[in-house]
Amino acid sequence: MRPLGIPISAWIGLISTGLFVFAAVFAPLIAPYPMTEIVGAVWEPRSAEHWLGTDNLGRDLLSRMIYGARTTLGIAAAATILSFTLGSALGMTAAVVGGWIDQLLSRFVDLLMSIPTLIFALVVLSVMPVSIPVLILVMGILDSTRVYRLSRAVAVDVNVMDFVEAAKLRGEGRIWIVTREILPNALSTLVAELGLRFIFAVLFLSSLSFLGLGIQPPAADWGGMVKENKDGIVFGIGAALIPAGAIALLAISVNLVADWILNRTTDLKGGRGGQ
Amino acid sequence: MANDLNDDSFLDIRNLQIGVTVREPGEPPRDIEIVQGVSTVLGKGKVLGLIGESGAGKSTIGLASLGYGRGGVEITGGEVWVNGRDILELSRGGLNTLRGREVCYVSQSAAAGFNPAHRLIDQVIEATLEHGLMTRAEAKARARELFAALSLPNPDTIGDRYPHQVSGGQLQRVMTAMALCPKPDLIVFDEPTTALDVTTQIDVLAAIKNAIRLTGVAALYITHDLAVVAQVADEIMVLRGGEMVEHGTTQQIIEAPQEEYTKALVSVRSIVHEGKQPGPDPILRVENIVAAYGNGPRILDDVSVDLHAGQTLAVVGESGSGKSTLARVITGLLPPRSGQIAFDGRPLTPALRDRPADDLRQIQMIYQMADTAMNPRQTIGTIIGRPLQFYLGLSGKALRARIDELLDLIELPRDMARRYPAELSGGQKQRVCIARALAAEPKIIICDEVTSALDPLVADGILKLLLDLQAREGVAYLFITHDLATVKAIADSIAVMHLGKLARYGTKAEVLSPPFDDYTDLLLSSVPEMKLGWLEEVMAHRKMEGAGN
Repeated sequence: MRPLGIPISAWIGLISTGLFVFAAVFAPLIAPYPMTEIVGAVWEPRSAEHWLGTDNLGRDLLSRMIYGARTTLGIAAAATILSFTLGSALGMTAAVVGGWIDQLLSRFVDLLMSIPTLIFALVVLSVMPVSIPVLILVMGILDSTRVYRLSRAVAVDVNVMDFVEAAKLRGEGRIWIVTREILPNALSTLVAELGLRFIFAVLFLSSLSFLGLGIQPPAADWGGMVKENKDGIVFGIGAALIPAGAIALLAISVNLVADWILNRTTDLKGGRGGQ
Repeated sequence: MANDLNDDSFLDIRNLQIGVTVREPGEPPRDIEIVQGVSTVLGKGKVLGLIGESGAGKSTIGLASLGYGRGGVEITGGEVWVNGRDILELSRGGLNTLRGREVCYVSQSAAAGFNPAHRLIDQVIEATLEHGLMTRAEAKARARELFAALSLPNPDTIGDRYPHQVSGGQLQRVMTAMALCPKPDLIVFDEPTTALDVTTQIDVLAAIKNAIRLTGVAALYITHDLAVVAQVADEIMVLRGGEMVEHGTTQQIIEAPQEEYTKALVSVRSIVHEGKQPGPDPILRVENIVAAYGNGPRILDDVSVDLHAGQTLAVVGESGSGKSTLARVITGLLPPRSGQIAFDGRPLTPALRDRPADDLRQIQMIYQMADTAMNPRQTIGTIIGRPLQFYLGLSGKALRARIDELLDLIELPRDMARRYPAELSGGQKQRVCIARALAAEPKIIICDEVTSALDPLVADGILKLLLDLQAREGVAYLFITHDLATVKAIADSIAVMHLGKLARYGTKAEVLSPPFDDYTDLLLSSVPEMKLGWLEEVMAHRKMEGAGN
């Protein structure tokens, strides 16, 4: 079964990711209650008024999930875009230019990567004011080291191909070589990595919030909601499992889409698939 | 069933059909027949040559006689009888006793076939010991005998070396010894000499032929080179697109081919090109070039050649002779240590990045592998059009018109402009690369082994096109190749390179007429000729010369 030529697994991923994005974009319109208003008793069970029940302070869990999607997805997306722009631009430049610029950038990236990301982020965030731009910046820069490594490796590979040499012999500038000769051939790898890194960003943000250094209450985000409701588990109340499940579901859906895109682009006409 | 085999027919392939399932994204999987109803019988001690272009199914048939289908390939019909049983019916265990015991395989790339971490001797006798055919001492003694039969140097000790310590030609012979060690009944040789230099190929070929004669093993010899197979095979089967075209004795195929396709294969490389006399002023003058990578040894040592306008200078040599490095020096990719290059009477800047765009335009390059020479993400139109935009500033209608003209020139349909390189065949891709070079309207095109990756008939087409374009556009070629047949077909003057030095240089007539220096003689006499008994003649000639010294 491949409706419209798209495999079922990709459909599942697309629809489910689409729902998350829809919820994030239109949060104020579709959430039944405001994000921070206390509307009931603590940890009310599921009911007609509160579809997912209420949280540890008596706020509507569904509304907080929807607003949480907005924060979590938005910050993760911004951080991923930052890390990709930064990482791939620097990585490909390093591969094409080579020499001491490559050495300098690569060793600096090694330095950053040698420190465990979470510890590094905790140190930075504990001395800087925790605000959304700072969070995005810290996550984006830390993640860009991985993107740098990947895009440099792919670009080094493509850079030795005869068609790049042909472009150099023609007298083309570096910008043409990076954007027109190398980037199109690195794109499929980068797109697949994009999905993966986005999910890492979601998990990273959730970890930070869980540890209290991410999104600050009363604003809702999934990691923070797991933290707020975790004590309920002792009493058999599963409110914490809902944001946790949402994180897992999002991770799977995005990866289903990324897998499909990777398959499609590597086999595209003229793709380097199968090599 | 076994009793309807002849006593001496040992391999019997009946109506073999092999298919592969292609899974393209967005399309339902479909089955393609890659071998259609091929039958043959091979007697004990006979050699059958399988010949054809890439995609003819020759390797697939070779592997099928081991009961093996490579990467998703499935044997869908027919029978393969070895020693009186249909091996396609065998269980996995049954196949294991067949392979490496009754049927052995010699692949094209010996370097990839050996484990670099083990000594040669251990790998040569491994299958023999695995099957419990001999004791370790017996197997080692047999391996040494085989090394001697294959004329390997120091047959008693060469087995103690590791794969990287012997040359490519020696490794190929060691691999043949590995296949012969368990005393198999059949060996499948899959292009065993294709990756070797021409002077090495002849030694390996003679060694293989000698070993086959001594051991009395039957062999399937797979190659794309009819002249090579004519030296070793008793019978030849010509394949095309998975179907048998013609099957006969070697003599009949070479001397009296019946089918049109076989005739074309036999008469390949019959382009006749009269060498032109050089004019007074060369368009490119290379003087006393010395070049090396980093602080390494000299790759080019005092090389001086001239290229005249509208003519072809062939640079011939084996791998490692420095011929591709010469191209890198001329294009500016590798500035020389000393010496200079003059274009049209004025010196060229040594380094690429300091050269003005117009100098870059005048010297274009065509590569060996058309696959990697074109960006797979650009259309043919973009690939050919870019030099037009970049050097000549064409755009819009003028650009499209010129792309169409160029496509006409290389004899490809105009709608190719919208296709991607992956949709083209090998020969078409190389034509596009020629068009890209021509688009810049250069005075010189450097052709680096442009026909070596192509099938003989396709290569012939490319050579004819190049000659045609030279006559029409007056462009000069610096033609780098290891293939002397190609040189004879298109060169006006020839430079023979050996270990970074010029061994011989002059007009075609001068270089190709005696007296020869030793190296040129070796090189010229090593090119396989399409006639029976050529190998014996050359080897006998060499022995006599050796004895004379």
